[in-house]
Amino acid sequence: MFEALAFYLFAGLLLFSAAVVITARNPVHGVLFLILAFFNAAGLFVLIGAEFLAFILLIVYVGAVAVLFLFVVMMLDIDFADLRSGVRRHALIGGGVGALLLAELVFMLVGREFVPGESLSVTPPGALTNTEALGRVLYTEYAFPFQLAGLILLVAMVGAITLTLRRRDDVRRQDIAAQHARRREDVVEIQKVTPGTGV
Amino acid sequence: MNGFEWAQMYPMIPEAFLALSAMVLLVSGTFPAVVRSGLIPVLGILAAFTSCIFILGMDWGLAGGGGETTFFVLDSFAAIVKLMLLVGVMASLAISTGYLRLENLREPEYTALILLAAAGMMIMVSASNLLILYMGIELQALSLYILAAFYRDSPRSAEAGIKYFVLGALSSGLLLYGCSLIYGVSGTLDFAGIGTYTDQNPGDLLLLTGLVFLIAGLAFKISVVPFHMWTPDVYDGAPTPVTAYFSIVPKLAAIALLARVLFDPFAAVEDQWRPILWFLSASSMILASFAALRQDNLKRLLAYSSIGNMGYALLGITAGSVTGLGTALFYVLIYMVMTAGTFGCVLALRRDEREITDIPDLAGLSRTNPYMAWALALLMFSLAGIPPLAGFFGKLLVFQAAIAEGMIVLAVIGVLTSVVAAYYYLRVIKVMFFDAPKDPLDPSPEFARRAVVLVSVLFVLFFLIKPAPVLEMTDMASDTFFYEAANDG
Repeated sequence: MFEALAFYLFAGLLLFSAAVVITARNPVHGVLFLILAFFNAAGLFVLIGAEFLAFILLIVYVGAVAVLFLFVVMMLDIDFADLRSGVRRHALIGGGVGALLLAELVFMLVGREFVPGESLSVTPPGALTNTEALGRVLYTEYAFPFQLAGLILLVAMVGAITLTLRRRDDVRRQDIAAQHARRREDVVEIQKVTPGTGV
Repeated sequence: MNGFEWAQMYPMIPEAFLALSAMVLLVSGTFPAVVRSGLIPVLGILAAFTSCIFILGMDWGLAGGGGETTFFVLDSFAAIVKLMLLVGVMASLAISTGYLRLENLREPEYTALILLAAAGMMIMVSASNLLILYMGIELQALSLYILAAFYRDSPRSAEAGIKYFVLGALSSGLLLYGCSLIYGVSGTLDFAGIGTYTDQNPGDLLLLTGLVFLIAGLAFKISVVPFHMWTPDVYDGAPTPVTAYFSIVPKLAAIALLARVLFDPFAAVEDQWRPILWFLSASSMILASFAALRQDNLKRLLAYSSIGNMGYALLGITAGSVTGLGTALFYVLIYMVMTAGTFGCVLALRRDEREITDIPDLAGLSRTNPYMAWALALLMFSLAGIPPLAGFFGKLLVFQAAIAEGMIVLAVIGVLTSVVAAYYYLRVIKVMFFDAPKDPLDPSPEFARRAVVLVSVLFVLFFLIKPAPVLEMTDMASDTFFYEAANDG
């Protein structure tokens, strides 16, 4: 009973916030509802016992991707009304692709047999939880790909730093040492001004 | 539960060593004195050399992974290709030291990324699992994207980086889609398992669709027509030492990976992939030879030259025989030597403290800089395939292998296009020797660069005298797949 209630709550909120994401006029609201959608999807994952996926969804998508979106939306000067102006022109292609995806979804749903009453849980009772199971192979059997993935991330980090961090002569920079070395007597000059003469 | 064993990591020592050296170089780059001393590229060469020694000292016939899964093999094919890759890395670092100093590109990241890309390529060559294949490709590709955009003050370098990155991501998508289809039907990522499935179901359409996507993704990395669009722009925009690295090393890794995929898990569907390769090879040879005719920029010319030459190398693989694969590797090896020498010269083309890459600027080089003019001329003759230079034998053997397998049409296309291609190589020589001389070039006395050019020219000139060791080496590499196949049968 409780599970069914939670499922409909998460699923309903997920659909609602997903609909708001694509209809919201204000892009910042759109991104915030996207985050709500991620949270609800994570709730659905927890319900079927896939807690690892749920946490990854929160950490990766909410923690990194959505925040990145928010930065882009808030910091870049993008005219969203302008982006939407081509809707009428591309309606045919967009509608075609949408219809194709919808057809795929329908085929998938028709083709799948839903067994009522069967538990949807991905973890059989008594077995390891999926976080534990993943942890056991990740550092043993899959140690090599795991290390390799770390190496790829290192390259990404080195790249991000090399391509952005550089000394430019045409930009004024803060020189903290110079700021600290400033003394009052060097920079403040006290002038006694007699009235009516000016400096 | 399978445990972790150090012994299973043993075959990856050369790659691990390269990656670790790259990290050490990155850290040492925090000391300005080390960066200023110009020691870092030298240490990079040393790291590649040490990695070579590791490979030579190891047992060629190892497999590594974790638990029951094999991720990684070090057979003689992988070992020989890795040695060739590492020699290419050393040569491209050696020829670029002077240029990096003059253009003020002395960040330690340059050498570190070159080493990391090399580690990625070596992992590609050794991959025996789709997961590792993809990760190896990404490691090298990501490093190469950054290197293409390394010259941060030049908008063209940034453009090259972005172009390469976007198209590279697209090709990775194609490749991954192919991998997912193959995994979907065969239920395994392991090459051996996929091979078993292919043997049993050679007509599986989904498997073949996956294979086509996989070939398309790899063809992009080799830059053969119709996946070549990025090549001229990236070669032109990237800093010249990076262009040199692009044309000397990564192509070999991608060709070797393609060969491993085709001859190992997909050997049973040879009839299906041969026509695809036939088309890729023919279209590359034709397009490259005609598109390069109107190029005035040396870097773009060499980009088209690399597209065409990869077409010739694919011709060997298309033959599908043990000799075919051997000659393809041999062809790429000779191409690497010739390009290393050519770029060794190109990197020294500076006048009034600026680099020159336009062919008309080379006018009269034979009178102002005779040594370099002769070296470039010999290398261009060799690239054009004039006997008795090494480039001629590369083409000859590839054509022979193709004809032996009955691919007369493709061989004829190859011969005709190499005649057309000879025109643009010879044009460079004509400009250097017969046009009115311009001002002499700036002197560029780096020892390492000159040594690479000298070795390359000597190889091209005197290959004829003792060709056996090189041929035996490439044959030994290509035997790997066919010998194993014979054992299985």
